[in-house]
Amino acid sequence: MNDISLHIIDIIQNSLSAGASRIGVTIEENILKNRLVVSISDNGKGMTKEQVNRLDDPFFTSRTTRRVGMGIPLFRQSAEQSGGSLEVTSEPGAGTTVNATFLNDHLDRPPLGDIANTIVLMVSANPDIDFLFRYIFNDVEYVFDTVEVKEVLEELPLNDPAVIRMLTGMIAENIKDLKIQSD
Amino acid sequence: MNKIKSLDDLRKMKQSLEHGLQIRENSNSPESLVQIRVAMATCGIAAGARTVMNTLIEKLEKEKIPAVVTQGGCMGYCYAEPTIEVKVPGKDPVVFGKVDSAVAEDIVVKYIKNGELIDGIIPVNYQTINEQK
Repeated sequence: MNDISLHIIDIIQNSLSAGASRIGVTIEENILKNRLVVSISDNGKGMTKEQVNRLDDPFFTSRTTRRVGMGIPLFRQSAEQSGGSLEVTSEPGAGTTVNATFLNDHLDRPPLGDIANTIVLMVSANPDIDFLFRYIFNDVEYVFDTVEVKEVLEELPLNDPAVIRMLTGMIAENIKDLKIQSD
Repeated sequence: MNKIKSLDDLRKMKQSLEHGLQIRENSNSPESLVQIRVAMATCGIAAGARTVMNTLIEKLEKEKIPAVVTQGGCMGYCYAEPTIEVKVPGKDPVVFGKVDSAVAEDIVVKYIKNGELIDGIIPVNYQTINEQK
């Protein structure tokens, strides 16, 4: 994985496999505390304690098409090599939260990647799922909620290329603004 | 185009967008659309599925082909990632392997638009190691 946003796609894919209808992605970039936290939470079917404990075993997977599952181990490796950690909390029937913390200025911290493109791709590829994306930069915050966006767009499809371009631009613009506001 | 920042901006842009979308509205039944599923499990993502997905969306728009691009899980063809499954109306679905941006553009123009067969199709009778008896 070249950047953190690819890990985010990977974890979202897990949420989708768990039957989630609402997925939250929160990115918190705190320069003062030298911390970058990425959190993905869903309302999918969740996991038992035993399943959570086995997540770091690459030969543990719930799928049947192949016998290995590298998503969580790779994400954890990314976090730990950057002086951070990864935590998974889950409850059967309630959902799962994956929390990855990175030391922001660590040499081995992968770049965040094109997060606006990543979020909008996930939204457009899964128009029936509700996504709540929050980007917190120091003390300011931007929220992108597909429930609100769908209300505005009404019958306009989320997977239309022009809509994709517009939403990507909107998120990118707002993130850029956060960084200016915070200065 | 003006920069869009708020939901209000989005609301304003909506009208101009609706205008261009009318053709699509008329043919809104899924069977009449090309459906593409990009495999996006760990293997696919690491191999470049996101880039392929972006290329597909752009190219389909450029060629004015009404299509839906969605995301799928692992199909077991990890050796051939990124893989995409293409369902053209009236035809059986076809899975392409080792798709990069150049191949993705070929698939849109040659396979979807002109109906030619191209390299890289994973045969339907292919079995993953786990399936083999």
